[in-house]
Amino acid sequence: MANMAVAVGGTPAPAARPTRRNWVPYALLLPGLLWLAVFYAAPMFTLGSQSLQEGNVYDGYVLTGNVGIYPEALSEYWPHLLRSLGYAASATIAGLVLAYPLAYYMAQKAGRWKNIMLILVIAPFFTSFLIRTLAWRIILSDGGVVSDIVHTTGLINLLDIMGLTQGGTLLNSKFAVMAGLTYNFLPFMILPLYAALERLDPRLMEAARDLYASGWETFRHVIFPLSLPGVVAGTLLTFIPATGDYINSRLLGNTQTVMIGQVIDSLFLRVLDFPKAAALSFILLVMIVTLVGIYVRRAGTEELV
Amino acid sequence: MSSNPDLNSLAFRAALGRGLVSRRTAMLGMAGLGVAALSACGSAGRNQGSNGTATGGASAEDLSDSEKVVNWSNWPEYIDVDDDGNRPSIDAFAAATGIAVNYTEDYNDNDEFYAKVRPLLEAGQDTGRDVWCSTDWMVARLIRQGFVQELDYDNIPNGSNVVDSLSDVEFDPGRKFSLPWQSGFAGIAWNPASTGGKRIESIDQLLNDPAIKGRVTLLTEMRDTVGLILLELGKDITSFTAEDFDEALAVIQDAKDRGQLQGFTGNEYTQPLASGDIAACIAWTGDVVQLQFDNPDLGYALPPKGFTIWSDNFVIPNMAKHKKNAELLINHYYDPEVMAEVAAWVNYIPPVQGTTEALVALDPELAENELIVPTDEVLSRAQVFRGLTDAEESDFTARFQSIVVG
Repeated sequence: MANMAVAVGGTPAPAARPTRRNWVPYALLLPGLLWLAVFYAAPMFTLGSQSLQEGNVYDGYVLTGNVGIYPEALSEYWPHLLRSLGYAASATIAGLVLAYPLAYYMAQKAGRWKNIMLILVIAPFFTSFLIRTLAWRIILSDGGVVSDIVHTTGLINLLDIMGLTQGGTLLNSKFAVMAGLTYNFLPFMILPLYAALERLDPRLMEAARDLYASGWETFRHVIFPLSLPGVVAGTLLTFIPATGDYINSRLLGNTQTVMIGQVIDSLFLRVLDFPKAAALSFILLVMIVTLVGIYVRRAGTEELV
Repeated sequence: MSSNPDLNSLAFRAALGRGLVSRRTAMLGMAGLGVAALSACGSAGRNQGSNGTATGGASAEDLSDSEKVVNWSNWPEYIDVDDDGNRPSIDAFAAATGIAVNYTEDYNDNDEFYAKVRPLLEAGQDTGRDVWCSTDWMVARLIRQGFVQELDYDNIPNGSNVVDSLSDVEFDPGRKFSLPWQSGFAGIAWNPASTGGKRIESIDQLLNDPAIKGRVTLLTEMRDTVGLILLELGKDITSFTAEDFDEALAVIQDAKDRGQLQGFTGNEYTQPLASGDIAACIAWTGDVVQLQFDNPDLGYALPPKGFTIWSDNFVIPNMAKHKKNAELLINHYYDPEVMAEVAAWVNYIPPVQGTTEALVALDPELAENELIVPTDEVLSRAQVFRGLTDAEESDFTARFQSIVVG
């Protein structure tokens, strides 16, 4: 990466080229490439190197090329990896279900309320992620309104049967972690969906109606396919950060809901087992890239992303 | 904001940046550059003899006389604050010596703080701090690694006021490198509203009572959690073996598997304990005394089979630029009158002789609280977790953490 950046920056347009302006786009790329080289590629190298070192923090680390750390980390923490992917997928699906109607309404029906609704979607970002997650502790706590409602309606029994809660408490459960993840990443789902749906030409829907399509058929054959870029962007923006998140599971979960981000945090900061933490980070990275790759291919929008 | 036509492409660019393309490209680039760059990395550790032969670390030129300032990092809510938000004991120090104190509450967690300063200390650089307060075992590690400087007692004449029980400790014989700031016990706290009025007074009850199932938290601080459980098992925490440690871990694992535990916490247990989301937990004395001001019903018990006592200690890191000022600051707090002011606010156990008498004058009721001024009988049941070797520390921490995040 660093070499690339230098090569690109250091090579003006060859004399053979007809115009002198050809180097301009490359020069424009340079700041971004440098940024990536320093703050992305270089840390990646360090991380990669760290995963292959052996030793401890007191006596120092030596690079031994110990690739065995990868299967070791994987066999020890695969449940956490799977759990993280599962929670992130649940939060993504829940987010999509919640966000789609809202985004559609905002984009097509809200009229002059559009701006206000958009501001409301973004407003939570004015407080920190941590504060918002801590607020969920209060929202879901025993004796709170939400807790009362799920108890009087019997919904809590359903959640218990589904294994999302235990013993009738909402907080510190699978349900709380998934709800927190869904909430925290919802705006990342709404905004791309809104952007895609906002561009939707209402005349296409009128045409569908003229051709005797029902509401469902219009959605199925016109609206949804045209919004697919927004769906793909929204799901990626939700799924990827949600997989690595460790705040929601730490603040809203219990000892059975630990996600991979928490494990990496613990290995880096407490156990000081840097190689294993680095290896786990890479495993997570590869898993996400693979899954996202398959997803994008299946969604048939490869040319878009 | 709303009808910006570029929003769509912006969203995609964001996806691009976070998702596939950039990562794939970056990975290819990495593979291309190969192992050569990797092998350039690696790091040297520094252990100055593992058996207490530490000699103290590197010092920088002391600017104390020209720069009248001292940078002190401490735990949150760990000093006296008056109604106007001022810190009277610090202001008094500044008024008396003309030295300004930059007091920063950025010490939230021993491990986290260590992770933050270690690279600087290892590289022999100034951490930007002249003094901070680390827990016993972290002080042991800092001394072992030669990351802290010897104190100059010529600048700390009040240092002789340190209470006898803490004047000579295993990890720092003769208190060459550290002096205690506050001490406290780890015991059991409960919220009667959430336990159905039940008192939770032993570790056995904490880990087994079905009335509090799923509403129990333990501390992420290994020495307190494992220490209390070892004591419950009848072990001596000043001389336990690796087998004893395993036995204690098995007890925690069992409680976890049965769903008795809600989780492991640092300081953040206080709010949920007050609200009743946590029914009972392992807690630190000062926190609970403070919580009891608002909710006198909260219960606190020192387990009958013994409990842990810890101290947070002043240390001066290597390359500190204002070592003498830091020592004068420590000296200031070793004046019993000053320490009494702090104790009245933070509600932990002051380590300075004469503080009790000063506290009686300041607030007689507090001076009767055995969690702040413990009786000899209480102190005799308090134990200190023994020092660990490097290898033990790595091994024990890894195994304890694998339960915490398991």
